[in-house]
Amino acid sequence: MPDVKLSVNLAGVTLKNPVVAASGTFGFGREYSQFYDLSELGGICAKGLTLHPRNGNPAPRIAETPMGILNSVGLENPGVDAFIKEELPFLRRFDTKVIANISGNTPEEYGVMCEKLSAAGVDMIEVNISCPNVKAGGLAYGTRPELAAEVTETAKKHAGGVPVMVKLSPNVTDVTEIARAVEGAGADALSLINTIRGMRIDISTRRPVLKMNTGGLSGPAVLPVAVRMVWEAAQAVSLPILGMGGVAKGEDAAQLMLAGASAVAVGTALFADPFAPLKVRDGLAEIAGKQGLNGVSALTGGVKPW
Amino acid sequence: MMKVEQKCKVIAKEWLTQDTVSMTLNVGDMLYHARTVAGQRIYPGQFVHIKCGDGLLLRRPISVCFWKGTAEEGTIRIVFEVKGEGTAWLARRPVGHTVDVLGPLGTGFQTTPGPYLLVGGGIGVPPLYACACYTGCSSTAILGFRSKERAILLDEFDSECIDVKIATDDGSLGYHGFVDALVRQELEKKHHYQGILACGPKPMLKSVAKVAAEFNVPCQVSMEERMGCGVGACLVCATPMKDGTVKHVCKDGPVFNAREVDWDA
Repeated sequence: MPDVKLSVNLAGVTLKNPVVAASGTFGFGREYSQFYDLSELGGICAKGLTLHPRNGNPAPRIAETPMGILNSVGLENPGVDAFIKEELPFLRRFDTKVIANISGNTPEEYGVMCEKLSAAGVDMIEVNISCPNVKAGGLAYGTRPELAAEVTETAKKHAGGVPVMVKLSPNVTDVTEIARAVEGAGADALSLINTIRGMRIDISTRRPVLKMNTGGLSGPAVLPVAVRMVWEAAQAVSLPILGMGGVAKGEDAAQLMLAGASAVAVGTALFADPFAPLKVRDGLAEIAGKQGLNGVSALTGGVKPW
Repeated sequence: MMKVEQKCKVIAKEWLTQDTVSMTLNVGDMLYHARTVAGQRIYPGQFVHIKCGDGLLLRRPISVCFWKGTAEEGTIRIVFEVKGEGTAWLARRPVGHTVDVLGPLGTGFQTTPGPYLLVGGGIGVPPLYACACYTGCSSTAILGFRSKERAILLDEFDSECIDVKIATDDGSLGYHGFVDALVRQELEKKHHYQGILACGPKPMLKSVAKVAAEFNVPCQVSMEERMGCGVGACLVCATPMKDGTVKHVCKDGPVFNAREVDWDA
């Protein structure tokens, strides 16, 4: 589809195409760079970082569910300093946007990480206030508007000119409440949805499959929830949205964009198919082409609700 | 080095027990792409990650039992147990159908010509057959099964090993008991082994590692953990190490030095 323009704008950052690898499913890019050139991607949301290295939760950390998976990794990562020293230079070798994802125990920790990442030079910072698998911070910030706003404000204050995108949790009664709170606190973009809390039990042992008992659900099973929440958030705020949750093909991505997303992230689909992000990109281009659009960005917000 | 995902044709299939299947796949030039630093195409202990139908989102990691052919036109044999929906789907694939395979993945056994003591338990036995072939028919195998009915690959090991000893949990074949007792007997008698290569359930590996440490024999163990991506990106298959760090079974392993593993975790 040579005629369809693929590039999109996300909070002032130009992505060469609207498909980003989702945080936590793509490591720091090294593994998937053995399959294809990472420059093919619109962007890469790197594995979630914390101020200090973390070992994460005990295994099993994954369980398969109907059209989904549960995970309870618990933010295993080498820490923000190791990322800047060892991983960022590698990611910079590719012509793609690098989005760092951060989680803090306190608003101050978010601030310190933003300062370090901004100085190191990332294209965007995704502020994770929605990890369901850690005790401190994490989900607590994402479910209370005043805390979400506080974290956003601190992050913005320390991010220099780097756009701050806040990653929202679906584990809330009203996502628009949090969306408005972080918009008010100065966020540049939203990303949603993070995983939905879930559980699976082995009926013979009567034990939960995950060692942490519960985990976060992702995969095609959550796509309709993601589409609904992106649609709700898009109506509530004027921030650009990175939509995610169960995207496995072009049509899924097109749904999220019609609901209001400017770009989409592909995560769980990578496990079955390392090439999934590229197929989503090509699928989107084909859909836009068939619909006679000049560019895929014309899909954004195009839903015609009844 | 590029990794590959390939549609591979099932060229042979055989049920070895009521729930164990041997399957041979034509992997085309997969091994051509799999060149490692040492120039080897594939190591014993590495695995392939197989997509089992469209409804299941996770591939199933299965260790390679044997491979042959050329780098451009190779076949691999896998032997797996039907444990759930995914492996049941795979077991139903008829000869002539294709399956989607990623591989070869992971860090396998690091070996010199040998001789080695190969210690396997249950469905952990198949990858040791690759070790037997790879170490130039100089090794001894100690294989454990739940019962005689569940014993697999005995003829194969007989032809590739100097000696094969069997243990069964119920005594229906060979020694009545666990493999670690046979490992102890063997190490008391013979001192020429380069090391132990082991694959099986974690309690078995822990016992074997203990005996190996007692006799000061190097021991490599192939570990199992629930996997996601299979390539080291999603970090779900974590296994704790003695030094307090965490390693990942799919990329750092599945084979680890037994001394590095935190057996009490």
